[in-house]
Amino acid sequence: MTSKFAVDLPISADQPSLAGPSGTGSGGTRVLGALTLVGIALVAFLAFVATPADSDMGDTVRLIYVHVPIVSVAYLGIVIATIGSIAFLWKRSEWWDLVASSSAEVSAVLMGLTLVVGMIWGKPTWGVYWVWDARLTSTLVLFLLLLGYQAVRRTSVDPWVRGKRSAIVGLLLLPNVLIVNRSVEWWRSLHQEPTLLRLDPTIEGLQLFTLVLAIGVTALMFVWLAVHRFRLAWLQDRVDRRLLVDAIEDRRSEVTV
Amino acid sequence: MEPAVHLRGAVALIGRFPALAGVDLDVAPGEVVLLRGPNGAGKTSLLRACAGLLPVVDGEAVVLGQDLRTDRVAVRQRVGLLGHRTALYDDLTVGDNVRFWTRSVGGDEKDGDAAMARLGLSGRLASVAVNRLSAGQRRRVALAVLIARRPQLWLLDEPHAGLDQPTRDEIDRIVGEAAAAGATVLVASHELDRAEALAARSVEIVGGHIDASGGTGPPREDVSRVP
Amino acid sequence: MFRDAALVAGKDLRIELRSRVAINQVLPLAVLLLVLFAFALDPDTGLLVRATPGLFWIATVLCGLLAVQRAFAVETADGVTDGLRLSALDTGGLFLGKAAAVALQLIVLQALLLAGVVVLYDAAPSGWLMLVVTCGTATAGIAAAGTLFGVLAAGVRVRETLLPLLLLPVLAPVLLAATRAFEAAFEGRSSEGWPWVGLLAAFALVYIVAGLFGFGALLEES
Repeated sequence: MTSKFAVDLPISADQPSLAGPSGTGSGGTRVLGALTLVGIALVAFLAFVATPADSDMGDTVRLIYVHVPIVSVAYLGIVIATIGSIAFLWKRSEWWDLVASSSAEVSAVLMGLTLVVGMIWGKPTWGVYWVWDARLTSTLVLFLLLLGYQAVRRTSVDPWVRGKRSAIVGLLLLPNVLIVNRSVEWWRSLHQEPTLLRLDPTIEGLQLFTLVLAIGVTALMFVWLAVHRFRLAWLQDRVDRRLLVDAIEDRRSEVTV
Repeated sequence: MEPAVHLRGAVALIGRFPALAGVDLDVAPGEVVLLRGPNGAGKTSLLRACAGLLPVVDGEAVVLGQDLRTDRVAVRQRVGLLGHRTALYDDLTVGDNVRFWTRSVGGDEKDGDAAMARLGLSGRLASVAVNRLSAGQRRRVALAVLIARRPQLWLLDEPHAGLDQPTRDEIDRIVGEAAAAGATVLVASHELDRAEALAARSVEIVGGHIDASGGTGPPREDVSRVP
Repeated sequence: MFRDAALVAGKDLRIELRSRVAINQVLPLAVLLLVLFAFALDPDTGLLVRATPGLFWIATVLCGLLAVQRAFAVETADGVTDGLRLSALDTGGLFLGKAAAVALQLIVLQALLLAGVVVLYDAAPSGWLMLVVTCGTATAGIAAAGTLFGVLAAGVRVRETLLPLLLLPVLAPVLLAATRAFEAAFEGRSSEGWPWVGLLAAFALVYIVAGLFGFGALLEES
């Protein structure tokens, strides 16, 4: 029976070669990347040129095409991370561990961006950088949770230990998200939001189409980023394993005189 | 008869560091084996691996009939490890510690009391907090905890270090009694003359590695490698 | 499992009785926090009394963090974790036992804090049933989450800063819900507190289940 992490250890001489890709790009990701860029261009055109400005908020409403997709896809990323964590604990395969951690990392970045865009939107629209509305508050707490996840990933060196620890934090991400959202929404619903602060103006027609398209494009971008992050981690682990074989050799030749 | 410990090409990792880099070892039941080697060679790691605490990632590793590569947790209750650190709760008394650790393996309080008596810990010392004891006394408490577990495999990591002569003799006596009662004992030590008294044979580990021919017969006297 | 939990909880409480860390350090800290809050929120403006529910729970969460850190500091000294791993203790029982000991210390702490706010802030709580139930469910959640993340952080060298980073965002909804429930009780509209109690119970359930299954895996790698 092989060990939990299939460390390919030939105790004898032959070292595993570092076969495989030397970069993280591939045919598939290049096509994906190109599609994403085209999508971004299309969305940008629609968002900033083709669709009309909002009657109340003026041009700043266009930021909704950035804000909403980013936060939605970030939440999707958390779901993927949770699924990946559960799958890792079940199947014990490194692949799932890296899926979970790559998704979580990209989600963390997107959450952070959501907060920044929210602030950029807030200042000109309502004069304040931050409002404690349900969505922004939840995003802030989840961002901090994801930072915690990253911190846990950095504490261990051994891939199996690291995977187990992150997986337990990771599988709790989804329940945490649900609990945080529920509690924050109830909380904010206790206070009537002044209509000036409504964050989602009514949108329809071309605007709705643009928003949906923007969500789709952001999802593509997420996949592109996550795949690259995954491959990077995968290659890093391969390098580390190769170094392990060297380490064993060194250890055995520790004879001193 | 099945060996109590059977290792072939065992590799064990601490993080990324290969603490054991290919160990071959066979220990028959009831044998007492001395484990020698320079500092950092892997004596402690070998004992911990046999206790099921250190994961073995390659090679064969069977202890007390239990395959360590499939389930190393199952073997833990059947071994007794006396390590460098005492694994005692500082704030609790000697008696509290022995009682807790005995009950934690589902043992009987009577075994704990008997162990304390054997090591001279009944009476006044039983109600002294561990953090008020000397290092030697703590080692005795840790040994009492081990005895109370009634393990089939004893793993002693430099049990004599830092102790006075009478206590060292006492430990040897206890090990002798255990072996006579059928327990298998693996002792890591730098003390060669001690070992002659105790051990059936000695084995040397260097660089995390013992090969199949590793050490039979009485301890050699020329071994004093210091890294 | 429950017998092991009782054994472990008993051991933890006995250690606390002998070392008196919670009594000598954590409880005074709680009182100190109450005093500092009063300095920060001038009592004369009436702000302090209105903020009492929130301040109570901030103090509870922070002191809970300390209690968890202490619970695991005990286990990481002297190679005791090896002893735990070598024992036949059921890991679910180990989790429950440690969480129960932390929870008990928190309950004592909360009783003291309630007395403190009545005396120092001139708060006049009502709706005692709501208060008690809230304390119970919130404490269960804090103790369970704290014990789970506590063992995770215990295995790591930078554990003192990792634990707050992990635990405080996770406990944010508990703070939120418990404060709202307390507000409802204080303002005489206890019935509005029940949805919040429900949320606290759900949180506690999630973390108790997670702890029962995950504690063993995390203990391995300390």
